Amino acid sequence: METLKKEKAASTKQSTMRITGAEAIIHCLLAEGVDLIYGYPGGAIMPLYDELYKFQHKLTHILTRHEQGATHAAQGYARVTGKVGVAVATSGPGATNLITGIADAQIDSTPMVCITGQVARHLLGSDAFQETDIIGISTPVTKWNCQVTKASEIPEVLAKAFYIAKSGRPGPVLVDITKNAQIDEFDFSYEHCKGVRSYNPYPKPNPKAIEEAANLINAAKKPFIVFGQGVILGEAEEQLKSLVEKAGIPAAWTVLGLSAMDTDHPLNVGMVGMHGNYGPNLLTNECDVLIAIGMRFDDRVTGSLDTYAKQAKIIHFDIDPAEINKNVKADVAVLGDSKVTLDLLLPLIKTNKHESWHNEFKEKYKIEFDQIIKNDVYPTKDKLTMAEVIEEINIASGHKAIIVSDVGQHQMIACRYAKFKQTKSNVTSGGLGTMGFALPAAIGAKMGAMDREVVAIIGDGGYQMTIQELGTIFQNKTPVKIVVLNNDHLGMVRQWQELFFESRYASTVMVNPDFVKIAEGYHIESKRISERKDLKSTIKEMLASKDAYFLEVKVEKEDNVFPMIPSGASVSDIRLK
Amino acid sequence: MEKKWFTISVYSENSVGLLNRISGIFLKRHINIESLNVSKSEIEHVSKFTIVVYTTEDWVRNIVGQVEKQIEVIKAFYHTDEETIYQESALFKVASTLLFDERNIQNIIKDSNSQIVTVSRDFFVLAKSGRRNEIDDMYQQLKPYGIMQFVRSGRIAVTKSEMKISSLLKEFNQ
Repeated sequence: METLKKEKAASTKQSTMRITGAEAIIHCLLAEGVDLIYGYPGGAIMPLYDELYKFQHKLTHILTRHEQGATHAAQGYARVTGKVGVAVATSGPGATNLITGIADAQIDSTPMVCITGQVARHLLGSDAFQETDIIGISTPVTKWNCQVTKASEIPEVLAKAFYIAKSGRPGPVLVDITKNAQIDEFDFSYEHCKGVRSYNPYPKPNPKAIEEAANLINAAKKPFIVFGQGVILGEAEEQLKSLVEKAGIPAAWTVLGLSAMDTDHPLNVGMVGMHGNYGPNLLTNECDVLIAIGMRFDDRVTGSLDTYAKQAKIIHFDIDPAEINKNVKADVAVLGDSKVTLDLLLPLIKTNKHESWHNEFKEKYKIEFDQIIKNDVYPTKDKLTMAEVIEEINIASGHKAIIVSDVGQHQMIACRYAKFKQTKSNVTSGGLGTMGFALPAAIGAKMGAMDREVVAIIGDGGYQMTIQELGTIFQNKTPVKIVVLNNDHLGMVRQWQELFFESRYASTVMVNPDFVKIAEGYHIESKRISERKDLKSTIKEMLASKDAYFLEVKVEKEDNVFPMIPSGASVSDIRLK
Repeated sequence: MEKKWFTISVYSENSVGLLNRISGIFLKRHINIESLNVSKSEIEHVSKFTIVVYTTEDWVRNIVGQVEKQIEVIKAFYHTDEETIYQESALFKVASTLLFDERNIQNIIKDSNSQIVTVSRDFFVLAKSGRRNEIDDMYQQLKPYGIMQFVRSGRIAVTKSEMKISSLLKEFNQ
């Protein structure tokens, strides 16, 4: 605590008042601008819940049906608002149930503060009822964590928690608060955290690196941009668009970068990665300068590193110094917030067009359209495809919906085919690949953007991992639209089994319940369709509904997602079938 | 890439749980910590971890990046053996009778530049600081006579070049 006190603090000091630690938590949350939290009560966190009851007019608590749901809802909220999501749980199993969501937020850089109750200080280390070492357990998957055992420590620790969660490369923070610290009284005052001396969230951009980057870009004949979530987190969407347009550079998104740029922009050429588009993947190994902005060269993006963009000069824009040279060696590394660095870069960039280079992407798109996209989006076979469902949602929503996808085939299809005009519109579990993410994340996304349509796209497998959150939707009358693309399989694993394990379908066939009846049990309007003639009208009906709506679409059971870069292969070896 | 010995120096806040956070970074990458020492540093309230690993430069760079990313870490560095001045310390507990019965023991004490820390009726304790091979040599020499207890510390090291922590902290305070 001694070092905490030494840290710089703002001048927003309030007059002191004598209150309990639990009430102090509420005042800290309110001071941080929090008005909505997700959680689940239990023994060690009951003093806080008692205060939540008293402050319910100021601070809404959403009771999820499982603590994991609380974290994903907080993530969904954070991803569409850019604010810090908050999840609360009790000690022991309540705390351990948060771990999947915390790990997901860590790898996908989502700002989140988790508050867990803990047994009273005198019981720590005694294997007390519902005692678990959540600090030890959460350490590898949190940006920072801290245990509080004294009421008076609460304001400083929570101020630091919010600051760390949101600043620099965002991430999850866990604060574990013993029961005695919640109960004891102290003289409360609050100061926002403005800095931590051992933590430098915004590295100062190096003008020389920016100049070198500009020189490479200006001299490039075949420049190519890959943009990731760093553009969204840094709110650099306009800067990205200006760069793309001024220098005439084709740009492609990573799964988490999707929606940072209008998907219909003529220079937005598609998605990179394992199930990305043909042109962007193939031409990664043809470009002469690869400009990576706010992305981290994940293995699902690069395939084999030994054959990844070896011919190109690499310019890497990132806020996190640990990402530079981690997977791909950068010829020029530009550290800093994407908005700041791109603003510095733009005046140095010469106007250009690169038409013949852009035509190469168009040619590759034509090949992909003829061999894959046409059959996905405009199928002639009997059974419905996942892509035509996404396309109908695109049409009916006018490219304005927030799409929350789960993990698997439907996710890749959604990321390939969903159309976005607005940023922060694609919410999915990218790095961790957490099945069960979408339903609770859609609740948080809707609550964070009540004026927008939120459509959850989920597979029949992932849906059943967090299906209990239908209870949260019912209780709170959250008007989310839930689309389950049901192929009665764990589709992506089945696809791998077909392609790489000689069609030995080990444990990928799902015998599913009547999903419509389950939704009806929660009094959610619901429908099942399996024929093309019903698709357009049902999607319209779903989006016209003012309430929550559940739609099950029975799709082709054994469709595969293509193109595909087999695991560990080169981006040049992308398969069209 | 060739594996080498690297000394990682980590300047950090003195905070509970940071050791766990740092060791987890090595665990996740399946890299063994060959030696670890935590002490105060030249700056008040700033701790210093000295960690020795045998790995490639690519990995040590990756690790140092991840270590430095931890909120309570002020700065982390890595150096090769040539770039550092380093030592380890060891204690040998040996039976007192040897001091009188074995003439060679006195030669070992003299040649190894070790100190007698304490002598009691039953045992005496030798302290030796130096490079690991010097301590290993002394161990081998004493071994035939019987070592009652042996312990060796982690490596401690200072670098030949400057690490500029004070100026970093000063910058923050401005």
